[in-house]
Amino acid sequence: MGGFFKSSIGRKVSMALSAFFLMFFLLQHLAINILSVFNPDLFNEVSHFMGTNPVVQFALQPVLIFAVVFHFVMGFVLELRNKKANGAKYAKNNGAANSTWFSRNMILSGITILAFILLHFIDFWFPEINTKFIQGDWSGVMEGVEGYRYHEELVHKFLHPARVAAYVVAFVFLGLHLAHGFTSAFQSVGAASLRKKLEKVGIAYSIIVPLGFIFIALYHHLNH
Amino acid sequence: MALDSKVPQGPLKDKWTDYKNHINLVNPANKRHIDVIVVGTGLAGGSASATLAELGYNVKAFAYQDSPRRAHSIAAQGGINAAKNYQGDGDSTYRLFYDTVKGGDYRSREANVYRLAEVSANIIDQCVAQGVPFARDYGGLLDNRSFGGVLVSRTFYAKGQTGQQLLLGAYSAMNRQIARGKIEMFNRHEMLDVVIVDGKARGIIARNLVTGEIERHSAHAVVIASGGYGNVYFLSTNAMGSNVTAGWKVHKKGAYFANPCYTQIHPTCIPRSGDYQSKLTLMSESLRNDGRIWVPKHLKDVEAIKAGTLKPTQLTEEDRDYYLERRYPAFGNLVPRDVASRAAKERCDAGYGVNATGEAVYLDFAASFVRYGKEQAKIHGITNPSEAKIKELGQEIVRAKYGNLFQMYEKIVDENPYETPMMIYPAVHYTMGGVWVDYNLMTTIPGCYAIGEANFSDHGANRLGASALMQGLADGYFVLPYTIGDYLADDIRTGKIPTDTPEFEAAEKEVKERIDFFINNKGTHSVDYYHKKLGKIMWEECGMSRNAAGLKQAIEDISALRKDFWQNVIVPGTDTEYNEQLAKAGRVADFLELGELFAKDALVREESAGGHFREEHQTEDGEAKRMKEFQFVSAWEYKGEPKDAVLHKEALEYENIEVKERSYK
Amino acid sequence: MNLTLKIWRQKDANSKGQMTDYQISDVSDHMSFLEMMDVLNEQIINKGEEPVAFDHDCREGICGMCSMYINGEAHGPDRGVTTCQLHMRMFKDGDTITIEPWKAAAFPVIKDLVVDRSAFDRIQHAGGYISVNTSGNTQDANSIPIAKQAADTAMDAATCIGCGACVATCKNSSAMLFVGAKVSQYALLPQGQVEAADRVKNMVAQMDLEGFGNCTNTGACEVECPKGISLDNIARMNRELMKASI
Repeated sequence: MGGFFKSSIGRKVSMALSAFFLMFFLLQHLAINILSVFNPDLFNEVSHFMGTNPVVQFALQPVLIFAVVFHFVMGFVLELRNKKANGAKYAKNNGAANSTWFSRNMILSGITILAFILLHFIDFWFPEINTKFIQGDWSGVMEGVEGYRYHEELVHKFLHPARVAAYVVAFVFLGLHLAHGFTSAFQSVGAASLRKKLEKVGIAYSIIVPLGFIFIALYHHLNH
Repeated sequence: MALDSKVPQGPLKDKWTDYKNHINLVNPANKRHIDVIVVGTGLAGGSASATLAELGYNVKAFAYQDSPRRAHSIAAQGGINAAKNYQGDGDSTYRLFYDTVKGGDYRSREANVYRLAEVSANIIDQCVAQGVPFARDYGGLLDNRSFGGVLVSRTFYAKGQTGQQLLLGAYSAMNRQIARGKIEMFNRHEMLDVVIVDGKARGIIARNLVTGEIERHSAHAVVIASGGYGNVYFLSTNAMGSNVTAGWKVHKKGAYFANPCYTQIHPTCIPRSGDYQSKLTLMSESLRNDGRIWVPKHLKDVEAIKAGTLKPTQLTEEDRDYYLERRYPAFGNLVPRDVASRAAKERCDAGYGVNATGEAVYLDFAASFVRYGKEQAKIHGITNPSEAKIKELGQEIVRAKYGNLFQMYEKIVDENPYETPMMIYPAVHYTMGGVWVDYNLMTTIPGCYAIGEANFSDHGANRLGASALMQGLADGYFVLPYTIGDYLADDIRTGKIPTDTPEFEAAEKEVKERIDFFINNKGTHSVDYYHKKLGKIMWEECGMSRNAAGLKQAIEDISALRKDFWQNVIVPGTDTEYNEQLAKAGRVADFLELGELFAKDALVREESAGGHFREEHQTEDGEAKRMKEFQFVSAWEYKGEPKDAVLHKEALEYENIEVKERSYK
Repeated sequence: MNLTLKIWRQKDANSKGQMTDYQISDVSDHMSFLEMMDVLNEQIINKGEEPVAFDHDCREGICGMCSMYINGEAHGPDRGVTTCQLHMRMFKDGDTITIEPWKAAAFPVIKDLVVDRSAFDRIQHAGGYISVNTSGNTQDANSIPIAKQAADTAMDAATCIGCGACVATCKNSSAMLFVGAKVSQYALLPQGQVEAADRVKNMVAQMDLEGFGNCTNTGACEVECPKGISLDNIARMNRELMKASI
């Protein structure tokens, strides 16, 4: 089995497995965040649960971090290997004739998403870690805010137009990444017939999920 | 030297079994001390290499292509015959034997053909075990189709790519042996001479086509499996690189060359479109199962079609001449290839050719669309289907059977064969003649064997469809591996053959001198210039029909052309690099010699038999007229110039088959 | 028609290559692309220069020898054809056509447009076979019925001609379509089952060793494959390897 993950196909399968996890994560992330628009109180409740539940914090969060790091590191490793395998460049290459731009440029969309994640970590994750693990405050409340603090923090982040713009751009790239990645992951694990059946689902997913996040960002920006 | 075919005694059906039981064997421990060179890796060479290596011999295999998988056997489309009688239509070993001898116009060696028919069933078993994906019916059993010249369905096929699948099967068997180190594979290498030591073939001189290096390779036996010489016509269905060089070199070193004039001109090829044409494309003969061949009945319609004012589909049935069905009611469109080709030529010579060059006839599937369509309508329970619906249903069936051929046709000709009949014309396809071999497949040089299309033995004057694949694999898988042991049994104590001997040195020197000549001769005409000229002479004088005056002219013309070639040919580049022109020059030089011998053989053969049609020898209604006194194999001995070649005759006896007028009426 | 050709010229494996321009006139619609190259080479030879080296053999789309990257696509702009089947009617008078060899680290250039594809052979040596000796007493061909569907799908995979267009096209120079096709052919047939696990492991290991890149499922290979080999074969290979590894 160890040999499997060292092989080209094993690496590709591991990319797909981490992708499945990340795609599931995105879906639940969107589901919770969309509550911030429709039901701030419920949003706060769920956020507090996710932020303090030990299973989420000490089991799922490390898995998520691992999946994110792994997906990026392996993505770069494969890109470098593929570049090496590719050798010299063609004087003329008509890639558009046989494949989509976004399928050929996963590394570009990936790097954009990576940059976004850094921003996202600075915005949300680092402060959270700081509050909970360094200051030891697991209460979920903040001075001057009624109830839990999460909704207020979220709204606050989307006040600045530059950040909103950055989020929107990043989500567009996420959409492109998913437009290829969703079905590609099924192909990688050998589910070719599922890949074909889920083609439309993949397109829907890659549009709806990023659009949902964009909607949240714009909603809060425009309404506060 | 008197020709001894070494056909074993005894009843026909027991000859091969008895013979195998009595020949010498080499014990497994000794086989690993014996080297065998195989030149060519098509069906015959590939299967022989694999099998010899499985037996334990050390095999060195040579291919001019970059991989054994590209040998031109790969282009065979239609299928492979085997007397399996899976269809229960009365097939048997004897019938396959009978059909092959009759199809070959009684010019093949009875014992060889019987052996071929006998092992044919083993080939299918072997290939299926190797994972060759033959076509199957809905019950999961192997499917068969019917080919020209026979009355049973015995042809196994893998879509329109049977040759490819069989070759990949042999290639996979080779791969297994290459991985084991039992086959040493020399890709992009060309054999340029055979080395004879003490009267035995003991090695070859080969050129590495990438680096230009001249290499010596020794072995205890040399097997020539380099295919046919159809490219002597320049335009043929052969691959661009197919050549006679290996066969011709052994001929020049003492192997007799048999029946060079027996050439198969295949009836269903895509017609020529212009002078730039580099090769002709064949479409499987299986198309004749469902296509009907015709030309317009009236010359005025021919003119109208050529002028573009009339479409072939507009012609009524009464105005069409289904000339094969008219002339040969029993076999109709499924007459043997030689008969179908000559009939097309006859119509076109009379002015009924339907394209701009006047060299094309129609192959029409409209009737099949209707026939299959009605059948399908019934199966699907459609009552009173419209004509369009019938056509659509019928086209589906035809598409499933021949889709890739129809697509190929459309790509080349730019016409949709589902809507308008295909145009076809005969083209040079296969050469029945080749290096003379005895029952053991050994040439007249001891230790030098020839197998597959490179030898002459099994097809006589005309080969039936789907028999080439059968013969190549029979020779390589099931015949040579036995018979070669009988010879090699004497070599178990010989030890490695050294290559630093005067014989190797002399052969290498000769090869190098020829290459030096080409590189240094700053001539005026390219190799292709000569090849095209040779091809034109061959097609015009030694093509589908021949006569004494034309053949004499051809001999003179080729001889003059050869002289010109050796003075004025130009080969750019150097000999120490990849140089296709240099490789080609050597091949064309050999074709220029073979071509003359070909014409000479055709001139001597004062009869019409199979693919060889002499205008002087035909019946009143234009059928081939065979002559009893020519019931022999012409085996030519090299004596310098082709004109000095000496004829040896191997009489052909038919004890198990009655020699009859070949009739398909 | 009259055309400008930009052709990759490279003396040998160790030299640096460059694009060179050629003019060619009176090209007929009915010519195949390689016949056009023949005419060009005849012109070059008559000028006393070295013709353009390119691989070709059967010229009917089955041997897999021809291998040109034409106007940025493997085997040119047409679909379902090899270079030798590409016809000049696909181009217009005055066009400029760029012609390059396959480019991939595992396919080094031998000369001009000729590349070394022996890596493909070595992958096949690693397991592209069923271990059966030629004995003459193999069991009868009809003793194991094979469902038509399986036989047909195996045949579709087996039609691969090993030309290398998939590698040439792939932005990662991945050979997975080629290897997937062979693995699939045997995986679909009962005869291939015995060695299935070792076969896929060994072939994939050799493929990696040869320096081919990884598959990122862009699907370009499937589009450019002259024989229409499906991406399903790659998925099947992935499955086979997973099965073999667990």
